[in-house]
Amino acid sequence: MEKYLIMNPLDFPILSTIIFLPLVGVALILLMRKELAIKVTALIASIATLVLSVVLCAYFDPRTPRFQFGESLSWIQMYNINYTLGVDGITILLIVLTALVTPACVLCSWTSISQRIKEFMICILLMETSMIGVFCSLDFILFYVFWEAMLIPMYLLIAVWGGPQRDYASIKFFIYTLFGSVFLLVAIIALYLVNGTFSIPEAMYKNYPFQFQAWVFLAFAIAFAIKVPMFPFHTWLPAAHTEAPTAGSVLLASILLKMGTYGFMRFCLPITPVASFAFAPYIVALSVIAIIYGGFVCLSQTDMKKLIAYSSVAHMGFVTLGIFTFTKIGFEGAMLQMINHGITTGALFLSVGIVYERTHSRDIYDNAGLGKITPVYVGFFGLFAISSFGFPGTNNFVGELYVLVSAFAWSKAVGFLAVVGAVLAAAYMLRLLKLIVWGREDKRTIRDMNLREVIYLLPLGVFVIWIGLFPRPFVRMMEMTLSHLLWRLQGFSH
Amino acid sequence: MLLLPELSMLLLSVVFLFLSLADRKESLFFWARAMALAGLVMTLAGVAGEGELFSGAYRVDLFSQIFKVLISVGFCYVVFMFGSEDEVDRRYLPDYLMFLTFSTLGLMMLASAVELISIVISLEISSFSLYAVVPLRKSQTKLQLEAAVKYLFFGAVSTGVMLFGMGYLYAMAGSTFLADIVRTLPAFISQPIGILALILTMTGFFFKLSLFPLHFWAPDIYEGASNTTTTFIATVPKIAAVALLVRIAMLAPSVSPPLANILIILAALSMTMGNLVGLIQRDVKRLLAYSGIAHAGYLMLGVISLNSDGGASAIYYIAIYLFMNLACFYVIILMSRSGENVMVDDLAGLSRRSPLLALTLAVSAFSLAGIPPTGGFTGKFFLFVSAFQEGYLTIVIIGAVNTVISIFYYLNLVRMSYSREPESRPTIALHFHEKALCYTLIFMILYMGLVPFGLLDIFQSAF
Repeated sequence: MEKYLIMNPLDFPILSTIIFLPLVGVALILLMRKELAIKVTALIASIATLVLSVVLCAYFDPRTPRFQFGESLSWIQMYNINYTLGVDGITILLIVLTALVTPACVLCSWTSISQRIKEFMICILLMETSMIGVFCSLDFILFYVFWEAMLIPMYLLIAVWGGPQRDYASIKFFIYTLFGSVFLLVAIIALYLVNGTFSIPEAMYKNYPFQFQAWVFLAFAIAFAIKVPMFPFHTWLPAAHTEAPTAGSVLLASILLKMGTYGFMRFCLPITPVASFAFAPYIVALSVIAIIYGGFVCLSQTDMKKLIAYSSVAHMGFVTLGIFTFTKIGFEGAMLQMINHGITTGALFLSVGIVYERTHSRDIYDNAGLGKITPVYVGFFGLFAISSFGFPGTNNFVGELYVLVSAFAWSKAVGFLAVVGAVLAAAYMLRLLKLIVWGREDKRTIRDMNLREVIYLLPLGVFVIWIGLFPRPFVRMMEMTLSHLLWRLQGFSH
Repeated sequence: MLLLPELSMLLLSVVFLFLSLADRKESLFFWARAMALAGLVMTLAGVAGEGELFSGAYRVDLFSQIFKVLISVGFCYVVFMFGSEDEVDRRYLPDYLMFLTFSTLGLMMLASAVELISIVISLEISSFSLYAVVPLRKSQTKLQLEAAVKYLFFGAVSTGVMLFGMGYLYAMAGSTFLADIVRTLPAFISQPIGILALILTMTGFFFKLSLFPLHFWAPDIYEGASNTTTTFIATVPKIAAVALLVRIAMLAPSVSPPLANILIILAALSMTMGNLVGLIQRDVKRLLAYSGIAHAGYLMLGVISLNSDGGASAIYYIAIYLFMNLACFYVIILMSRSGENVMVDDLAGLSRRSPLLALTLAVSAFSLAGIPPTGGFTGKFFLFVSAFQEGYLTIVIIGAVNTVISIFYYLNLVRMSYSREPESRPTIALHFHEKALCYTLIFMILYMGLVPFGLLDIFQSAF
């Protein structure tokens, strides 16, 4: 086990603490009645998690590709299932992202959720526990439990606090995702029967026969492709994103979609490398289709949330494109894009939530012409909008650039089509921005952002610019893990 | 002393028999609960018992005692849940409880019986009591009478078929003791007669378990019988049926391929049929009947993979099945205090009328569907692993796809109670003990989901 897992050097189990701190918050909230106390407790729990995840970053050693802060306990001995946790360069930033986004979700629901605030906060905190759990698990069953447990609070977030079509959207989301996951479970059992353990690292880089790899890859890929979502499996996403309450949309866009691409990097590539190479052309093709298709669909949207939802399809296309072109810069670009998309799209959904709270409409034309009325809001919105289409100096520029370099190395045609997609992104985002800032002339009284709203958008804005201008510290965190992954993969490439 | 659990049940039924003659019926519920609890304690005390009785026809071992504990737990819950006097005519309350107890006694005996004739007798003790219980419902319709007759006919036919199969077993082995049959069966297991004998013998328990093609009774009886009766029929007899199926399947040395194939086909059809028909049900009890048919299919996965840890998985699954069904039915019982059936539409806005009931329903529905971190997932996972280990990949995939089909109607229950608004219905007030029961059921479902190791090891050591 020491081969791949460095045990936790700190004198307390930091990963378990990060995972279960939100659950402690849930337990406290269960005992409370006052609305304010509930909100404050949820906020404190999520901020404490954020602080701990920053501590995690500080102690993180970027010079090793191995899993760090390892914890391991026997869970179900009969089947050799362990409670194993660990963090490497792929997951560390995703954990911080999750911990960063959750307080924003709590804050953005401060006044917009008027009924059943207690259950709402419980759902948000349960989501945080299971999301971080997914990223930390190094045991298939532990991973699967967190992966599936996530569906329940997310379903409730959409079904109870969602928009008018929440019924349809929530059921579609649930069934679609579950459909993918059951095949994941079958693949996990198949791997267990071959390896005799549910340990994820021990399943990696083995010489499984090609046919076995192909089936396992396909079972994994369905689950992850639905979660990403990749092109033909994306239909649950616009419905779920649009109908979910703001916090739900943010969690979906920022974290849940990353689970799919994380799954590709953590499972598909190292466990089924030969099959990954074999299926790469198809995945690349689907990614390019997603980029172009997402762009065109966005051009014709009139609903702000729907537009951002479809833009996620295109952006996630860049991530899968980066992963399946198998270059170091592609991997780094994909990872950066995962973080960037989490920050930018999360922030865009938060912005839509802010304006929705005031005008009670998500329609672009209802919210047009805010430039003179709410300058602070438009400032933030503009920043995130230009970041979304990869304006130089913002975070998405760096990530997309990396991915494009990798795409061109793979094939000129793919690179060219991806560039077309990037241009489309500029087109639909600028159209949205233009309408929101200058689209109407009439004077309305709409409050500008208050302090609370500035507080939760500001950190995201800082990261947009920080990653945009100085991505080095972020790349450094993941560099070793990714080059190690690529090096191991190259052993299988012929 | 080995018969302590059975004797306590017998005593209980005799007490109710005398109570049915008396006029005073005020403190009936209190005594029923106290005695059921005492019976559970007795059963737990008898867990370590081991030995043979009645010249080897009756074996007390960990295997049988585990099932007796499960049966006793189920019975206890049913007695505690049964609180509404509007469900059963007041005059028949002691008789009703007597029949339930008597049926439980039969099921307990079934878990220990290792000889064909005692198996039949135990089965009939439990069945005949249930035939008598089904029509005992205070209601305006004749639905329960129809259900009772159907139950009786179907039950009689399946018993007949079972006896037919047992006749073959006897013809082959020249003995009615399972131990003797184990010795002779290997010579016959590859021949049609051996397979036919086993399958036909299993039929009686397929009926109890409502496995396809012996499932026809379930929806009608669930719908017709009173809520508490249905709770009992849907949970406790199935435990004993699993016990016997495992015992009979153990007769076949390393479950033979043709036998396994037949069981797999039955399991696949049962799952698929149950879940597909479950999609269109409007009555929650009928819906749960079809869900039970589907779950019978899942349970067969454990029976066909006995060699590996299939047996332990099957016990684990029936244990969690008990709790999640009890939870579901308890919500129905508490929702209709007057004892009517609950439609899916009646669940609308349940989370506003009673958050605890909605939570109980949600947890049990997610568990029935097999979503972690509930016990339903853990149980299903163990079943899948053991079936996969034996190489039955097809049925595992069919089971996985069925999970997705079934989620639609389970989720529908949750959806109704959480995202629909109530149509100006009153809130449901719960007594303290009702809340406590809900909490224990939720706890058990989550406990079995997250902390399976202790129980699983015990179940494993029963083999």
